[in-house]
Amino acid sequence: MNLHALLDFGPLQQNFGTVLKAFWGTIRLALLSGIGSLILGTVLAAMRVSPTPVLRGAGALYIYVFRNTPLTLVLLFCSLGLSDTLHLQISHDPSTNGFWLATIGMTIYTASFVCESLRAGINTVPLGQAEAARSIGLTFTQSLRLVVLPQAFRTVIAPLGSVFIAMIKNTTVALAAGYFEASAEMKQMFDTYGGTIPIFLGFAIGFMVLTLPTGFFFGWLSKRLAVAR
Amino acid sequence: MRVRHFGVAIAALAVATMGVTGCGAKKAGSVVDKAKDQKKLTIGVKFDQPSIGLKKPDGTVEGFDVDVAKYIAGKLGVQEKNITWKETISANRETFLKNGTDDLVIASYSITQARLPLVTFGGPYLVPHQDILVRANDTSIKTFADLKGKRVCQVAGSNSWKNLTEGTNKFNQKVAIKLVPANAYEECITKLKGGSLDAVSTDSTILAGYAAREGSSVKVDNVPFTDEKYGVGIKKGDVKTCNAVNKAITDMYSDGTAKKLIDKWFTPEGLQFDTTKPPAFQGCS
Repeated sequence: MNLHALLDFGPLQQNFGTVLKAFWGTIRLALLSGIGSLILGTVLAAMRVSPTPVLRGAGALYIYVFRNTPLTLVLLFCSLGLSDTLHLQISHDPSTNGFWLATIGMTIYTASFVCESLRAGINTVPLGQAEAARSIGLTFTQSLRLVVLPQAFRTVIAPLGSVFIAMIKNTTVALAAGYFEASAEMKQMFDTYGGTIPIFLGFAIGFMVLTLPTGFFFGWLSKRLAVAR
Repeated sequence: MRVRHFGVAIAALAVATMGVTGCGAKKAGSVVDKAKDQKKLTIGVKFDQPSIGLKKPDGTVEGFDVDVAKYIAGKLGVQEKNITWKETISANRETFLKNGTDDLVIASYSITQARLPLVTFGGPYLVPHQDILVRANDTSIKTFADLKGKRVCQVAGSNSWKNLTEGTNKFNQKVAIKLVPANAYEECITKLKGGSLDAVSTDSTILAGYAAREGSSVKVDNVPFTDEKYGVGIKKGDVKTCNAVNKAITDMYSDGTAKKLIDKWFTPEGLQFDTTKPPAFQGCS
């Protein structure tokens, strides 16, 4: 054990291409899950504030189930349940199939957090505005789309940033759904070089390269688009 | 001012670290000497690999690697009861050797080019080959070349799939397979039986263990295409121990212990090895 061994970044340099490719896998998964969960989360939030009790109940049930289930279980269910047992094949290529299964699992899970953030945002819009929107003849969907949601989104940009940062880090369990991303590559390197500190550091920095700009971007956006009241 | 303090602190820390590690290295010495003086050894083995290294519910460990470890320790003058068994997984083998947690690592540890700069290897004491495990009713995969286009398990943290995709096999051929990522070989077996993949490929010793457990639902193709040299991991540079270990392995083959152990662990599973002489040694460095 000496300083040289502690600071030997050689393995990372030798495998730089492979590591980059693995992180590209993480980025693809995070981007698609982010977009998917934003859409699904918005629909869920709309359901939870809708005037129809059935929709409200269904939305609440979804949140209770998926916000309180570990992500690993959701992903394992996608892989072992949906794909292996129920034979849901999205693609004939197993790694593409694994990618879509992981995306589905991540989207389903993250959407519940997006929904709850968004609902908090909706609560900040004064009730009078929704009433005013209805009184000028807008339907529920119209008032939500034109009056309430635009303001709600602008209030919760910063919390949504936290949700997305958490999601990027959550991609590290995507191996459970059968998808090979950065953390799987890290395990792979451990087999060859042992679990050395430089490999940990390298991958931690890799994730920070993804998460830090995400945080800065959402911080900047939330200041820029803040609702002045 | 603050910057200067910080710099001084870093420098002090660096010096302290060097001092500590320097002393540590001197005290550790050779594993052979430790065995002779203290009559004690800590040996790293797998705890989860049937027939190789497996911890039983009663706390004892068993397997081929474990028996080899007992034999080598005996030759170094350490009795069986004075061996401390330490679970050693793929990710911590190098670290445990480097920092002295393990004196020896005997844990289906293949000697590879990438590991040689990090570890000194005694042996190899056994050379199994990479093979293919398929469903018993699957007749489409009989040879290495048949894997083309098939779905093969890719275990994160095992290099076996790379021998297929990167051509590091005895045919020097890359084979275009579809990789199915999984966490462990156990998961591969579940997926193989469920039909979500077509073949599991890794060391014959590991496959044989699963084949024996699963009975007639799966079979090993018995078409070896790599040489996995299982070596005894020793702290880098401890040539004295390496030579002693190699001598012990030579003795193990010449006095018939190797044949006995292979017959005990691998023959019932249908695996065959040359028991007349030890494999060609890697050489100590």
